[in-house]
Amino acid sequence: MTDDLDDTSPDAASEDRRFFLKQTMFIAGLSMAPADILHAALAPDDGPVGNAVKARISLTINGRRKRLTVDPRMTLLDLLRENQGLTGTKKGCDFGQCGACTVHIDGRRALSCLTFAVMQHGRKVTTIEGLSHGEQLHPLQEAFIRHDGFQCGYCTPGQLMSGVACIREGHADSADEVREYMSGNLCRCGAYPNIVDAILEVKKEGRKV
Amino acid sequence: MKKQTPDNPADNSLSRVDGHVKVTGAATYSAEYAVPGLVHAVLVTSTIARGSIKAFDLQEAETAPGVLAIITHLNAQPVPGWPAPKQPAERAPAGTAFRVFYDPFIYFDGQPVAMIVADTRERALHAASLVRVTYQQEPHQTHFEKNIGKAAIPLNVQRSKNSPFQDYTRGNAGAWAQAEIRIEAEYTIPTQHHQPLEPHAIVAVWEAGDKLTVYDKNQGVKSAQGQLAQAFKLPREHVQVVSPYIGGAFGSGIRVWPHTVAAVMAAKQVRRPVKLVLGREQMFTSVGYRPYTVQKISLGAGKNGQLQAIVHEGVGQTSMYEEHLERTVQGTRTIYACPNVTTRYRLLPLDVNTPTWMRGPGDATGMFALESAMDELAFALQMDPLEFRLKNYAESDPERNLPWSAKALRECYALGAEKFRWENRQMQPRAVSRNGMLVGYGMASSLYGFHRHPSKARAVLRADGSVTVQSATMDIGPGTGTAMTRIAAGVLGMNAKKIRFELGHSALPDAPGQNGSSTIPSVGSAVYVACESLKGKLLALAGEMDERFKAGRQAVVRDGQVFGSDEDKDGLSFADILKHHHLNELEAAEESKSGAERDQYSMYSFGCHFVEVQVHPLTGEVRVTRVVTCADVGAIINHKTARSQSIGGVVGGIGMALMEHSEMDHRFGRYVTSDFAGYHIPVHADIPAIEVYYIDKPDVHVNPIGSKGLGEIAIVGVAGAVANAVFNATGRRIRTLPITPDKLI
Repeated sequence: MTDDLDDTSPDAASEDRRFFLKQTMFIAGLSMAPADILHAALAPDDGPVGNAVKARISLTINGRRKRLTVDPRMTLLDLLRENQGLTGTKKGCDFGQCGACTVHIDGRRALSCLTFAVMQHGRKVTTIEGLSHGEQLHPLQEAFIRHDGFQCGYCTPGQLMSGVACIREGHADSADEVREYMSGNLCRCGAYPNIVDAILEVKKEGRKV
Repeated sequence: MKKQTPDNPADNSLSRVDGHVKVTGAATYSAEYAVPGLVHAVLVTSTIARGSIKAFDLQEAETAPGVLAIITHLNAQPVPGWPAPKQPAERAPAGTAFRVFYDPFIYFDGQPVAMIVADTRERALHAASLVRVTYQQEPHQTHFEKNIGKAAIPLNVQRSKNSPFQDYTRGNAGAWAQAEIRIEAEYTIPTQHHQPLEPHAIVAVWEAGDKLTVYDKNQGVKSAQGQLAQAFKLPREHVQVVSPYIGGAFGSGIRVWPHTVAAVMAAKQVRRPVKLVLGREQMFTSVGYRPYTVQKISLGAGKNGQLQAIVHEGVGQTSMYEEHLERTVQGTRTIYACPNVTTRYRLLPLDVNTPTWMRGPGDATGMFALESAMDELAFALQMDPLEFRLKNYAESDPERNLPWSAKALRECYALGAEKFRWENRQMQPRAVSRNGMLVGYGMASSLYGFHRHPSKARAVLRADGSVTVQSATMDIGPGTGTAMTRIAAGVLGMNAKKIRFELGHSALPDAPGQNGSSTIPSVGSAVYVACESLKGKLLALAGEMDERFKAGRQAVVRDGQVFGSDEDKDGLSFADILKHHHLNELEAAEESKSGAERDQYSMYSFGCHFVEVQVHPLTGEVRVTRVVTCADVGAIINHKTARSQSIGGVVGGIGMALMEHSEMDHRFGRYVTSDFAGYHIPVHADIPAIEVYYIDKPDVHVNPIGSKGLGEIAIVGVAGAVANAVFNATGRRIRTLPITPDKLI
């Protein structure tokens, strides 16, 4: 039910604006607009999805432009996992309480389970799959392996996305600061001390993250 | 006896062999298998704790877009391995595992009553919201204390005279009353949930010819295979269970739970592959929990600090339909030298789902109580708690009257105390404060029985000189593949990078599930003997090529080559040996299991924990500021991953001590703490640096690798050590977990 188009055509930008106008109407109207406006803002010819309608969006995921038609009830997390095959982003609680689904949206860390896919129109999303450059791991990924910053590995992508953001935000100057700014990412295996060590080491090395 | 740091080059630790796939998001967990034609199942669960289903109104749900099926007890295709439901329907008698969509009865709140299968997850969720159920409600009993009078000797124990859960007495049962210094108190641990970060999930696929493949979150592919084959009456080999990556479990994946069976039923009924992922709230009623347990301990000692009597009674919660038994009181029979010991264990059935094993099952519960009581008695004696434990050190197993296979708990105490600087502890509570916080020190001992189950492993040398080792074991987090790779590399004298260890698939050689700290002792031994066998075959082949390698000579393997001796510089590579003999591969498969040594020695892992807490004198906030943990588990296979496992246990113990509490609203028999906002587990900010030490001396009697289990002793005792530190800081003895601020102000 998601039409996935990798879009590199030159006129994508102008089309993008059209989508964007529709989208802002949709987002603004989501909570209070009467149903007929909501329908107008969306693509009526795509037919119903469940009891909702489909919405067209355009966004960038890990550097690739995507044009997608989505169920407006779909979270960004489910879009990534169920439709884009990007299962590195994990679903831990689906309530925004565990941090396993952390991605970067326009460079800022965000919980992909707490945001709808349709709200990402025009945005740039980076997931764990986009953190490394090909085979070359990100310095924090290397540090996680070196410091054994995980056990089962399920919270790991979220810890890494948060950890990178934590360093970029300038919140990795001491162990206590890292602990505070990483506390939205739960780890049931208890790898916390090793995660903190890994983040502090990468920060100390001063490498570009 | 050195401090374990992840980067200690001296110990030659391996980084995790699956590190790369885990940090890149490439590891595939159960819900992440993209099977063509996959559809989605969502469970609708009961909103009452006891009663029966009167009727369903499914009209709206059935006509919702995308819905392929709605399965309830009224239309579920019978599970062939289950007896036909009684007519008229009867409640399942005690001792029956819960059967999903089987009868109209409600046994607990959160029980699956219907399942929607739809083409997308959103559509399934929406349709699930449209299902209406009407119930015939009956009064439920979920309140432990109000029902404790109904606690009884478990039926399982009544039927089995030799059950380890039988009442136990050694010496004089009335000795406590005569002891010089006595304490007696009650301890409560609330229900606690495993809550691994990965929710339980399954993708169930039926293939032609009645073959079933499940990508399922569990702790034992072989037992899951057996249980599913039994339920669906299939030949074992027609069921494959694929679970190479498990996002934590801590015991929640030992059994095959109803949702797994439900997904398999659904896939059969709609003839499509079905994915079912439990919601976080469903994780509180679907996959077991550490049972609510109330214990009473009576301890008596002479004025010299010699223990004279222990009476330990425990009552654990179970469901109305099934008994779950734990070792709650059993560690007390073993850990200290005491002539008069009595233990009693009872179960209290309530209208709840069945509990299950959770990390350090029984022992973590029981040792919280015993180690709190030991601290309390030490204080009554005005004796240092560590000195008190040493005074009652068991030189042999006082329960079985057998020598220990090995026990270096005394060394653990000494090393831990030294590293923690235990000598700075003040006997009197509230004696130390820092930055306006009360500071306290506490310690506790830990033990866990040695478990070794028959295990098989296969080692295959390939033409390119690489080795694949296989066993149907699991990795729920400890780093099984890494440890096994290290064992294989050691035996075969190979670079670990040329070894690949395969696990988590039911087609691999038989291995037990990952539970009870049994993986390294069991599977590690099998890998060891399989690799020894492969080495033997390789040396025999080499001997046919060159006199230097003949049997009886000093041939050795190193760097993937055979040498005539340790000094020999002219080696013969494994690959060349295969090439010379025109072999594509060389295989060795072996089984390893316990022998008579089990009757000659008593086998346990031991450890101790030292904890510093700071308590705010006004708010009662408790912060754990320092932990030293020390373990004697025989030989350590891979220090880096072992250290992480020890840290993880301490973190779990801190959660148990300070925050974890599944709270039920008894008006409804329903958990109100049904997410991570209500059920608190430790976060980064709760956990200080944790120092880990091992004695690291092989236990030569337990198995060929001299290594015992680590997973459970890492958590057993931690909650007691925290509680004891809180007492030392505040003078308040908290006997009901978790130690939340309300209990301290």
